[in-house]
Amino acid sequence: MLTAHSLDDIIAAVRNAHAGHATLRIRGAGSKDFYGGLLAGEVLDVSAHRGIVAYEPTELYITARCGTPLAEIEAALAEKGQMLAFEPPHFSGATVGGCVAAGLSGPRRQQAGAVRDFVLGVRLVDGTGQTLNFGGQVMKNVAGYDVSRVIAGSLGTLGVIAEVTLKVLPKPVAETTLVFDCDATEAIRRLNEWGGQPLPISASFWHDGQLWLRLSGARAAVEAATTKLRGNPTVNPEKHWNSIREQTHPAFAASLLWRLAVPSTTPCPEVDGLRAIEWGGALRWYAGEVDGDHEAVRAAATGLGGHAALYRAPESLRCREGAFAPLQPALLALHRRLKIAFDPQGILNPGRLYAEF
Amino acid sequence: MANMAQNDNNDICIDLATLERRLRLFLPPHCLLLGEEDLRPYECDGLTAYRELPLAVCLPETEAQVIDILRTCHSLGVPVVARGAGTGLSGGAMPHAHGIVLSLARFNKILRVDRAARLAVVQPGVRNLAVSEAAAPFGLYYAPDPSSQIACTLGGNVAENSGGVHCLKYGLTVHNVLRIRVVSIEGEVFEIGSEAPDAAGYDLLALLIGSEGMLGVVTEVTVKLVPKPELAQVVMASFSDVAKAGDAVAAIIAAGIIPAGLEMMDKAATAAVEPFVKAGYDMNAEAILLCESDGTPEEVAEEIARVTEVLKAAGANDIRVSQSEGERLRFWAGRKAAFPAVGRITPDYYCMDGTIPRKRLAEMLSAIAAMETKYGLRCANVFHAGDGNLHPLIMYDASQPGNWERAEAFGAEILELSVALGGSITGEHGVGIEKINQMCVQYATPEIEAFHRVKAAFDETGLLNPGKAVPSLHRCAEYGRMHVHHGDVKFPELERF
Repeated sequence: MLTAHSLDDIIAAVRNAHAGHATLRIRGAGSKDFYGGLLAGEVLDVSAHRGIVAYEPTELYITARCGTPLAEIEAALAEKGQMLAFEPPHFSGATVGGCVAAGLSGPRRQQAGAVRDFVLGVRLVDGTGQTLNFGGQVMKNVAGYDVSRVIAGSLGTLGVIAEVTLKVLPKPVAETTLVFDCDATEAIRRLNEWGGQPLPISASFWHDGQLWLRLSGARAAVEAATTKLRGNPTVNPEKHWNSIREQTHPAFAASLLWRLAVPSTTPCPEVDGLRAIEWGGALRWYAGEVDGDHEAVRAAATGLGGHAALYRAPESLRCREGAFAPLQPALLALHRRLKIAFDPQGILNPGRLYAEF
Repeated sequence: MANMAQNDNNDICIDLATLERRLRLFLPPHCLLLGEEDLRPYECDGLTAYRELPLAVCLPETEAQVIDILRTCHSLGVPVVARGAGTGLSGGAMPHAHGIVLSLARFNKILRVDRAARLAVVQPGVRNLAVSEAAAPFGLYYAPDPSSQIACTLGGNVAENSGGVHCLKYGLTVHNVLRIRVVSIEGEVFEIGSEAPDAAGYDLLALLIGSEGMLGVVTEVTVKLVPKPELAQVVMASFSDVAKAGDAVAAIIAAGIIPAGLEMMDKAATAAVEPFVKAGYDMNAEAILLCESDGTPEEVAEEIARVTEVLKAAGANDIRVSQSEGERLRFWAGRKAAFPAVGRITPDYYCMDGTIPRKRLAEMLSAIAAMETKYGLRCANVFHAGDGNLHPLIMYDASQPGNWERAEAFGAEILELSVALGGSITGEHGVGIEKINQMCVQYATPEIEAFHRVKAAFDETGLLNPGKAVPSLHRCAEYGRMHVHHGDVKFPELERF
């Protein structure tokens, strides 16, 4: 295992690997080792390259080194009444670099946006060991291609994220959670109906006959929506939403878990094992069988205009079936060309996103 | 400036007769313009200081025609400049002397407005405002609202990653587009993004939005629609000091408020605007701040009360809250008419688009005041204060020899100062041809090389909008020779000439 304590360490590690045609497996806290495809190559542990570099509450941004734990960032933001609005999961000690590389957003995504919507800039070490700075610390910046947002969700295949700048937002003044009893079909119907109205809905979660709805915003707006929607307010909802964000809720307890992203209005597909619905209907979680019909799940999602990821599954199965929905040949070829543009020898996290690169 | 129009690779030689013959094989006569008279309207976009006549203008009506045009140009090595309404302000749609203009003007249909899913599928030539108009019966609208929204098209918005006065709260084009259909220079069609969140693979949507027509030609766009707020109200505050107004902006954000819009105008802009629109602005104020709240009536009342309190504490002289929709629109009218209003008091003006950290605003404005003296030109400033995006309007007279050159140098200095202050050379107008030199200031060689590799991954032949958005390293070396930045010579590894 290689350990990087600084940007120079990262550069040296990548240059050596590049010179010796060795592959690297970039790792922060390792909280998402379960996610994606193959884990190949020598581990490059970047968790020691950490620390908040700049935080300007009135400019709404924070810059941190890749190994900085999300918990440390969120604690600094909380002191100023701010937050990472995309509510990334921490799992076990997630770092900001891993958070951006994986591109996973939490419950508030339906209102605030995804990780990529909050990435303002990255410092990247590409596959030749060269440092590249994309974006910056301002919210509006259209100079050059928006590479920093592309890094979100690229699973370390385009470069080692050394430092990242994220847009931050104030925490809402008020939050209330309402609970409704209804089946999945009714939950999807209601979520889409409410979605078309000016209601401050910041999160939604359906599981086992119950629909949970979080309202966030100005006190008056939350109160008005509470009255209008007539659900049952619940006490201590933070614990509940945290269990969804961290996926410790029983709904996620399955040895094989499919993550289906679909258009929010999609009716329940002909797939067994629905465990949960999030993001206003756009995210569906299914429990599957290791020896189940994986093609059928993928086909169902594709047929509905969405895509299915083998989210939690034995590594051998993820490698065999592909963790993510297959790309059309022309699109795959484009992905490979982009990969080569940043990592010509294919030494960074090969196979983690797609087996082909 | 004529030199600016030149592409970095000048060795292209096109046989116009061959091109015409090949295009006529699939394009009906009304879809192909040739000859100077017909080409003249296409010689520039909203940045009229840069002009060039193309070889031909293609006005396809179907995606199949777009594919055939691109294949033809690819096989003949003809540059292609895609164009929407031509309202861009950075010369991104300025033609190439040896290329064609591919106008998407006839792709003007709204294909679907889906009320339940809150999205619209439109062709790229559809006007920005037309999307919101089509969604209005459902209580929905398309959030990004560039000032040119009555004319500019969605395809152009995608190319430039357009913003608007409401992007502080509602985001830019990149935050509001779900999917695009793109044709590559080789004529291959790609579906990028989807109606489902987080499409598989790399986030190519983020890469293509704002790519200024360099990576592909958009033939369809799916946008997110959001519920129209029940109410919007605007607070207008005047300040005796620009720095105080800048501090007030920071104080609003520090108070945990993200207003729907937060705009500033300096005295010169107010003086130009007030006689034109009679919005009731305080003509003695050094700066005017407009802060909009939207949401439910209860929410708006709560936010307006908090904003008013913050503005008072920040030393605002006069605070007025719009009491009717008519008054709200009047308060905004001045800001929205700032460009034409300045256009009334000067023969020509040059609109800049730098972004800076908000806290550096006073510094930037005093530097601009010094530049007014240095270049002997006046400048009015309007500012998307909430997101640090400054639009200095440099006033000049193109008929006076040397005037434009001074305006251009003035603008370049503002952009370079934006970078030095920790910002960007362009917040929403794009690089185009206009800021191609300043790209060399914002980025160093490795990033520019990376941009060229990204370009090559999509368009190996470099035929899509050549000479725009990303400078060649040679250009940067030449520019670096002229401008020593921060005491360092840029691109020291390159030979000087």
